[in-house]
Amino acid sequence: MFRPLAAPVAVVLAAVAVLAAAGCGNPPADAGGRLTVFAAASLTESFTSLGEEFEAANRGIRVTFNFGASSALAQQIDQGAPADVFASANPANLERVAVAGEPRVFARNVLQIAVPKGNPAGVTGLADLGRPELRIALCAEQAPCGAAALTALRAAGVSAAPDTLERDVKAALTKVALGEVDAALVYRTDVKAAAGTVDGIDFPEAAQAVNDYPIATLADAGNATLAAAFVDFVLSPAGQDTLAAAGFQRP
Amino acid sequence: MRRPRRPHSAPAAGTDPAAHDAGAGPAVRRDAGPAGADAAVRRRVAERGPLVLVLPAAVGLCFLVLPLVGLLARTPWGRLPSQLAEPAVAEALRLSLVCATAATALCLLTGVPLAWLLARTDFRGRRLVRAAVTVPLVLPPVVGGVALLLVFGRRGLVGQYLDAWFGLSLPFTTTGVVLAEAFVAMPFLVIAVEGALRGADRRYEDAAATLGASRWLTFRRVTLPMIGPGVAAGTVLCWARALGEFGATITFAGNFPGETRTMPLAVYLALETDPQAATVLSVLLLAVSVLVLVSLRERWIGGGT
Repeated sequence: MFRPLAAPVAVVLAAVAVLAAAGCGNPPADAGGRLTVFAAASLTESFTSLGEEFEAANRGIRVTFNFGASSALAQQIDQGAPADVFASANPANLERVAVAGEPRVFARNVLQIAVPKGNPAGVTGLADLGRPELRIALCAEQAPCGAAALTALRAAGVSAAPDTLERDVKAALTKVALGEVDAALVYRTDVKAAAGTVDGIDFPEAAQAVNDYPIATLADAGNATLAAAFVDFVLSPAGQDTLAAAGFQRP
Repeated sequence: MRRPRRPHSAPAAGTDPAAHDAGAGPAVRRDAGPAGADAAVRRRVAERGPLVLVLPAAVGLCFLVLPLVGLLARTPWGRLPSQLAEPAVAEALRLSLVCATAATALCLLTGVPLAWLLARTDFRGRRLVRAAVTVPLVLPPVVGGVALLLVFGRRGLVGQYLDAWFGLSLPFTTTGVVLAEAFVAMPFLVIAVEGALRGADRRYEDAAATLGASRWLTFRRVTLPMIGPGVAAGTVLCWARALGEFGATITFAGNFPGETRTMPLAVYLALETDPQAATVLSVLLLAVSVLVLVSLRERWIGGGT
């Protein structure tokens, strides 16, 4: 019986092609002009501008970002996600990944209480976060903002009554912006970035939970030279000005 | 109220009301050729499928099974007992089972009538309604969660009145989890039940009606028993989808231990700090869902090996 072999072979090749395409998320190692930066969610606005400035200063270079909870990003990098640079919202998460060279602290950030515009629940300080009748959002303790929140609450001797533990700081901020919670503990920079929809309230215990933001080139960076150039740019006076404008403190 | 007259509670071959009807009833089908030759052909096809189909099928099978094998291979079995004993795990598992079951009940209560409406009645805009019912199927669950927040949230379209009039607030509550899961899982039930209704022989319902049964009685005693397997299959799909729900839940209901942190959320969070714990939780969820599905299948869907 004659059986044309072309059809099965074609199908197998197609299947292989589909599988190969699925594995093509990684940029090739020699992609000269591409830089992938994994950065803490709280860096969303400032690093997006930094990326644009870096692209403007280096023709033909494209910077792509992956923003998220530093803990989630560290886990992704650990599992082989293609990243060149990691900027974490605390040192603990950077220590979990393999880096090339010494991490450098490029910014500091403090917590603020974010409330919906006009502060409908009348929140005045950290103690209000323990009022059970209020809707409170905190970050999950895995995320740096959650760890910092725990430190601050402990320093104030407040046992918080959160209604939800959000994945990252931006998720917590969104719940405030939507008015779904009465207050959330986020970074000062996040309140500043969402100034139109949320108000920020300072509290003294924030000084005891200051987050250091370290940055490093990753050991598996596809483009180590470009990665190092970006790290240098973040630490340069121009980069530091952009971060300061977003509300970060200089290291 | 007792039934006034008794239409057939289940269709039986001998009492087929359509039997006098041109011999096209389901019970009167006759084989065209000799049964032996038919069976032989079928056996040959079953034994040796063409390579063009078998090879991609094998690739597909590997693709579906390998991740599960990997999960089992990497499971730190030694940690299983201590992990299971942790109250947080039991809590998340209990919450997952309760919420998925409640969501499925909600879907059954509203989804079966909806499917009946789509399959058995004719009204303007029915196609639009069917499209709307299937939207959650293609919508990313996170988008569903955002949509739920905008409607049932404290400042949402409906939520602001629930809050003002009844002091009811759904986000960040276990009820919120049930709603999120029901939103995502209901299309599975509706589609399965509507398919079953379309496949069922309407003449049984017509016969019941000519015998004086009301539409509600017909639905209860003729339609429902007829589409039972379809409803069961839809229920199982719906439950399984609700059990695994993640995106809409974390967006709409948030994440708090004992209140809204279901197993998928616990797995996601554990992965960030303790991947081994995440693996153990995943295996547990896998085991529970497989156990429930297998036992349901044997009891209600009648094997079908």
